[in-house]
Amino acid sequence: MARRSSQEVNAGSMADIAFLLLIFFLVTTTIETDSGINRKLPPMDEMIDPPIIKERNIFTVVVNKNNQLLVEEKPMNISDIRSAAIEFLDNGAGQGEEACGYCKGNRDPSSSDNPEKAIISLKNDRETSYKVYIAVQNELVAAYNDLRNREFSILYPSINMSFVEANKKYSDPRTSLSEKQKLKPMLDEVKAMYPQKLSEAEPSKTNS
Amino acid sequence: MSKFKKKKSGDLPPVNTASLPDIVFMLLFFFMVATVMRDSTLMVTNALPAADQIQKLDKKDRVMYIYAGKPSSRYMDKYGTQARIQLNDKFASVSEVGAFVLAERASKRQELQNVLTTALKVDGETNMGLISDIKQELRKVNALKINYTTRVGEYTQNID
Repeated sequence: MARRSSQEVNAGSMADIAFLLLIFFLVTTTIETDSGINRKLPPMDEMIDPPIIKERNIFTVVVNKNNQLLVEEKPMNISDIRSAAIEFLDNGAGQGEEACGYCKGNRDPSSSDNPEKAIISLKNDRETSYKVYIAVQNELVAAYNDLRNREFSILYPSINMSFVEANKKYSDPRTSLSEKQKLKPMLDEVKAMYPQKLSEAEPSKTNS
Repeated sequence: MSKFKKKKSGDLPPVNTASLPDIVFMLLFFFMVATVMRDSTLMVTNALPAADQIQKLDKKDRVMYIYAGKPSSRYMDKYGTQARIQLNDKFASVSEVGAFVLAERASKRQELQNVLTTALKVDGETNMGLISDIKQELRKVNALKINYTTRVGEYTQNID
């Protein structure tokens, strides 16, 4: 009996089989890292009487069908729009109750009262290219993020994080619940200081 | 003859490859776990625009995808070169977006139905008109959370 011990299975081709599978998965893998700009659309039901907004509190950005930019009725390059938006949001010309204590803008009376009232209105044409539209959106979001980063580091220097990093950490599912609870009031406070009021108007029809 | 073939005792032993399958299996399992299979084949060109102020998308079960762009080359002779919307595995018109969203929403679990995000994966060369139409449709069915899916990069890459 001992002499006729069962033959061992030849495992030499195991590596080949495993390699084959490995290569298959290597090829099909797309380690998906979907990310993008989050936006919230306005609800459909029209407000019966829309609140009256002062002209100086609206920062109009128009992208025309040739992908040119018109900011507050003046043509502008995309590279300048971030600083222009920051200047507008951080202006803080309001007096008394509407004063903005933390704004560092130059309090130009023809610009926004305070960040809470400041609205950026982004308008595009039906023939605007999506790429350019996203570039403009990106820069406008960057303006908000820059300001929020600034306030966050002033208010909470001990955390050693910028607002964007903290927000990322907050939305990361791996962050512990206690840490999330610690971050939430901080984030909410800074968000309330510079609320993201970015309205996307319905596009204008191309004429001519 | 055989006495000449005798090996010298100082020779290096061959490398033991017995653990090779284990290593390969380890890699294999890593890629199996990390793999996300595409659930719909793309029928449109989909070169996403670049942006750097981005946020990670929610978990996959809370997202529905809407693709748009010019039909890819194999569908071009049939569907033309105008930018179109792709829902699941077929081309769709703007008016079908609402029904698609409602169907997707109904297929999700109850507690997720209110937190769904619509990811717009739109080719950079598309005109905004199509996107505005999609957005109008989404507003009609009250799917207000959207995400313009982009790839990571400087905004300057978008401007030629």
